[in-house]
Amino acid sequence: MVPFAGYDMPVQYPLGILKEHLHTRAAAGLFDVSHMGQVRLIGEGAAAALETLVPGDVQALGQGRMRYSLFTNEQGGILDDLMITNMGDHLFLVVNASCKEADIAHLRRHIGDRIAVEYLGERALLALQGPQAAEVLARFVPEAATMKFMSAIEADFRGVAVLITRSGYTGEDGYEISMPDVLADTVARLLLAEAEVEAIGLGARDSLRLEAGLCLYGHDIDTTTTPVEAGLNWVIGKRRRAEGGFPGADVILGQLADGTARRRVGIRPDGRAPAREHAPITDASGAPIGEVTSGGFGPSVNGPVAMGYVATPAAAPGTPVNLMVRGKAIPARVAEMPFVAQRYYRG
Amino acid sequence: MSTIKFTKDHEWIRVEGDVATVGISDYAQQQLGDVVFVELPEIGRNVVAGKEAAVVESVKAASEVYAPVAGDVVEVNEALADDPALVNRDPMGEGWFVKLRIENQSDLDDLMDEAAYKEYCEGLH
Repeated sequence: MVPFAGYDMPVQYPLGILKEHLHTRAAAGLFDVSHMGQVRLIGEGAAAALETLVPGDVQALGQGRMRYSLFTNEQGGILDDLMITNMGDHLFLVVNASCKEADIAHLRRHIGDRIAVEYLGERALLALQGPQAAEVLARFVPEAATMKFMSAIEADFRGVAVLITRSGYTGEDGYEISMPDVLADTVARLLLAEAEVEAIGLGARDSLRLEAGLCLYGHDIDTTTTPVEAGLNWVIGKRRRAEGGFPGADVILGQLADGTARRRVGIRPDGRAPAREHAPITDASGAPIGEVTSGGFGPSVNGPVAMGYVATPAAAPGTPVNLMVRGKAIPARVAEMPFVAQRYYRG
Repeated sequence: MSTIKFTKDHEWIRVEGDVATVGISDYAQQQLGDVVFVELPEIGRNVVAGKEAAVVESVKAASEVYAPVAGDVVEVNEALADDPALVNRDPMGEGWFVKLRIENQSDLDDLMDEAAYKEYCEGLH
């Protein structure tokens, strides 16, 4: 167990990170992600109000559909990343544990006069991820099997009223299940009793999301990085590009038009030595061009993988770079992400 | 006749004459989790007692391995390059890291024997 954002979190269960990771890719892994913040925005015009804080097209989100988005600041930096789900009579948000208090204050300060911002502090969140997640969850909630990727339903899980989204952060098909915290133990034990399911800790969650090429807030994205530098242009809706109206729009739209000096890229080190966060990146001549923001061993890749920021001229896949690990230059190459093909359920 | 001793940092050392084999204990490999890479020193390098002799990378993190005694590196375990998981499977045997030519036998006096180390590890819980 390790302290993380005010919670005691399991890094690994008895299986160990490597086997937990591979098990999630092969079968189904259950993650307790209750530390994440769950928030409801209630009231007429909630989508339009939220659009003043994020660059995504929230108003176009159909009922029961969800989208990945970002809170930005006036400089175009990223305050947090989040999931937004349209539940019909309200918007349901999931934000990062370490940012949730700031996010809620931010929402209340800027749009709290127009809509109700309700923090769901007494709800738990479980993630069931992996190719057998759908088969397992359908034993309890048959309608989960046919849910589309990035959609949500309210359902009954053996008497527990749950909110299920077909989403997650591993690159695999899977679900996140929100429920009252007092019932989470019951739901978790029922899922863990299924033969395909193993408990998975924070360690494997991190290696799975890294292989999937997904950003970790506070590492790969933060207030000093913009969505365009991070390669998250796809979160900026087409209408929002035309209209602006979100914090830092002038900076971000300017970068969309003119490009940025640095870019987030995937990196594959040669050999077996992993390069970790903050390892300097140099070009072939040894000149510094960036820094690793996430790095480690990818159990499914069976080798080291990393992501980080490099000067834009070096951002093309295949570009040779060096990673400085304990003072030594490890040859590496800029690589396409994800490192492992995503297997979301497209219906 | 060989003797095995342990450090508080969870290295073990097995002495045969003036050459000692060094690795990490079973307790250490369990704490580290799956080992995915081991960085070994060059043969001929002189290492200082209590200073870094190697680096072991698990899925979780990188950790230093300290030399239990001072000496010159006379051999490294090449097998770890292809199969770092040997450290997990056989930490006290095939998963050894380096062999050192001991400079001062008196360095060994500061180390724990197996019984004392076992007691030390139990005290860590």
